Amino acid sequence: MKNLLSTLFAALVLSTGGTGAAHAGDTTPAQQLSHWSAQAGTPGNAARGQTFFNTKHGGEWSCASCHGTPPTAEGKHASTGKPIAPLAPAFNPKAFTDTAKVDKWFRRNCKDVLARECSAGEKADVLAYLNSLK
Amino acid sequence: MNTPLMPRLLLLAVGLLTLGNALADSGRAMPAVVPPAYTAECAACHTAYPPSLLPARSWQRIMTGLDKHYGTDASLDAAMVQQIGSWLQTHAGTYKRVAEEPPQDRITRSAWFVRKHDEVEPAVWKLPSVKSAANCAACHTGADKGQFDDDHLRMPAGMTLRQRWAWRD
Repeated sequence: MKNLLSTLFAALVLSTGGTGAAHAGDTTPAQQLSHWSAQAGTPGNAARGQTFFNTKHGGEWSCASCHGTPPTAEGKHASTGKPIAPLAPAFNPKAFTDTAKVDKWFRRNCKDVLARECSAGEKADVLAYLNSLK
Repeated sequence: MNTPLMPRLLLLAVGLLTLGNALADSGRAMPAVVPPAYTAECAACHTAYPPSLLPARSWQRIMTGLDKHYGTDASLDAAMVQQIGSWLQTHAGTYKRVAEEPPQDRITRSAWFVRKHDEVEPAVWKLPSVKSAANCAACHTGADKGQFDDDHLRMPAGMTLRQRWAWRD
């Protein structure tokens, strides 16, 4: 009986889970990389992205403070301890698949780390680094 | 009269599911309906705090100051602020212990919170497995569902023997 219940519950969760994310799947990590590379006028560079990701930029945190390094496993919010899904696309199929989310989190997190928004070139570099992690 | 088996099974299952939900809901601090926006925007960074843990005026101040949100810029567009804000206002704490607005509108500075946690040593809050008093789920495993009773407690990793003894008291 418990099995039946959990199966039904899982079905319910699955059937309602997708409705909120109207834009999920409107981009891919590869498309994000080419988009920001085009904006920057130069291809993203994985090595530069790795350095950028692991460096503090005058503030208290680096990207790695919350996402871990390399960001291939679950991260942890540096002040609240809240778990964060792996950032590298090879380890998280949902990463960089929703344009609105990508834009929102780049804006928020760049402000946390750099006290400004990131440039197109910096985003391209970080994407190149993240996409290179297998 | 012979009713087909599948519809009957389905009815039974739906009935049990409803019963299960009703039981699970008892004693929960979280409203039955949580807007997906609350989960996506707020609970991405911290525990999905039940609205009942702060009074309405505290939530109002928090939602009008999201650009300076405890050290981070958590700005949302106006529609989202309105949607999440009105849900928080509807379900804000009204009972006596939550009537008081805590310093900095921090749940963790509320008199009832401090009292309830007065046996937790300062060092425990700083464990890597805890990090902050805001990380309810480090000990309260049902925190995101609003379950804070003793049945949903676990010891965070790294506690000393003495701290573990104090825990059991």
